[in-house]
Amino acid sequence: MTLAMLPYLLAFLLLVVGLYAIIAKRNVIKVIVGLLIMDYAVNLLLILVGYRSNSGGAPMAPILTPDLAPADIAARAVDPLPQALILTSIVIGLSVTALVVALAIRLYDRYGTFDTGRMRNLRG
Amino acid sequence: MRGMSLIVRNTTRLVAGFIALFGAYIVLYGHVTPGGGFSGGVIVAGGLVLVVLAFGERFCREVIPHEVVRTSDAIGALAFLGVALLGYLGGVFFKNFLPLGQTGALASAGTLILSNLAIGVKISAGLFGVFLALALFRRRGERRLMAPEPPLPDTEAP
Amino acid sequence: MDPVLLLLLVLLGFMIVGSLVAIETRGLLSSVISVGAAGFALSVVFLLLGAPDLAITQVVVEILVLVVLVRVVITRRDETYATSRSTLAVGSVLLVLGILVAVVFLALGASGGAGLQMRPFGDPLLNEAAPASAMAPVGEIADAESDRPETIPQSIGGAYLQEGLKRTHAANYVMGIVLDYRGYDTLGEATVIFVAILGAYAVLRRLGRHSHARDEPDR
Repeated sequence: MTLAMLPYLLAFLLLVVGLYAIIAKRNVIKVIVGLLIMDYAVNLLLILVGYRSNSGGAPMAPILTPDLAPADIAARAVDPLPQALILTSIVIGLSVTALVVALAIRLYDRYGTFDTGRMRNLRG
Repeated sequence: MRGMSLIVRNTTRLVAGFIALFGAYIVLYGHVTPGGGFSGGVIVAGGLVLVVLAFGERFCREVIPHEVVRTSDAIGALAFLGVALLGYLGGVFFKNFLPLGQTGALASAGTLILSNLAIGVKISAGLFGVFLALALFRRRGERRLMAPEPPLPDTEAP
Repeated sequence: MDPVLLLLLVLLGFMIVGSLVAIETRGLLSSVISVGAAGFALSVVFLLLGAPDLAITQVVVEILVLVVLVRVVITRRDETYATSRSTLAVGSVLLVLGILVAVVFLALGASGGAGLQMRPFGDPLLNEAAPASAMAPVGEIADAESDRPETIPQSIGGAYLQEGLKRTHAANYVMGIVLDYRGYDTLGEATVIFVAILGAYAVLRRLGRHSHARDEPDR
């Protein structure tokens, strides 16, 4: 495995770190943190796949500025399709986080704690 | 939810207009420079959150009631669907039927600017409404949020 | 070595360390702030890899998430007791390490046909193009004889880069894809956001008959 594969490896590592937080933590806020980390890891992996290096310089974003020609963009720019997918994914992640935080607030309101180990009495 | 100190309130008075202007710029020029409806909508929502945090809940309930926020959310979503359905004027669903114009100008790329506006309104109203619902959630025994105030004299909790 | 790659590895290391700190620290406020730091590092990564729209969106989304989470955590006191090393924690660490090894072996594995043969970082499928004479033009690829491209890109992103300006006249190619080429996906995303926000309203709603109660009876 060459050095060029290392960014992908780190993105996968971030993904399983988030998965560990969701599985093994008792506190509801830590579970939400794990969900956020998994969100970041997925977006990171998508943007890494679409990167096209520009022979040692700064990458070229797919935005047409007045000093560039369209043929330049087609030959050297970064892939725009993963960026379009990630743009929707980021805002969906925010909405789902808001929903999960609402659930956490209701849990605290009902049981007085964020610790799932003490939410055992299923009443009502 | 109480407001914050005098310094925060005065700073918010100065800054909130600029935040709204910047958010509107990002939304409107989304098809020319980086940005678009999603980023601009979240920026405007952030500005509204700043106003609510600085001036407190009573101010917000009079100036930006929760019903107005939820209605704007729905209007934004329906406007985006309307732009998609108007594509039938060009032949197919979601067709870009307006004239394409010159690249780099504000009036270019057809329906993209209308879609950006609809999405900007929807995202900003939706996220601000969710923040209000989360922040003003009452614990047990206090008044509830999404209902008119009950006219009982003993519910004025400090 | 490529300076972009070096800076990217430093930022990714920072994100992983921040995430581990966020998970293992005892206080909830420190945990939330740590994950906020990881989110801001992600926005710098987006900027580094040539995605300015995403960097703007990630920064403001991260700010809103931090405001909401810090408000939730500060106003609620929660005494978490120290948890001992239970079998669940150890078992889950082994499980996720196993998943990581399996994914890495399958995705990044040997190029002898054992894995998915992912292309190296910085050299995507975008870089390949086939000569147009090898394919018959399909449908609306070229309007005029002079408009016909010499090479046809091998990936869809390349086709968007090549044809996007002529079809949408949008200087921001990403917005042209999101709202014109893939507008249907954006409609689905607006629906998902709408439903998630409705779900949050439904969860936080109080039923009518509890509005005048002082103390909730334990049902």
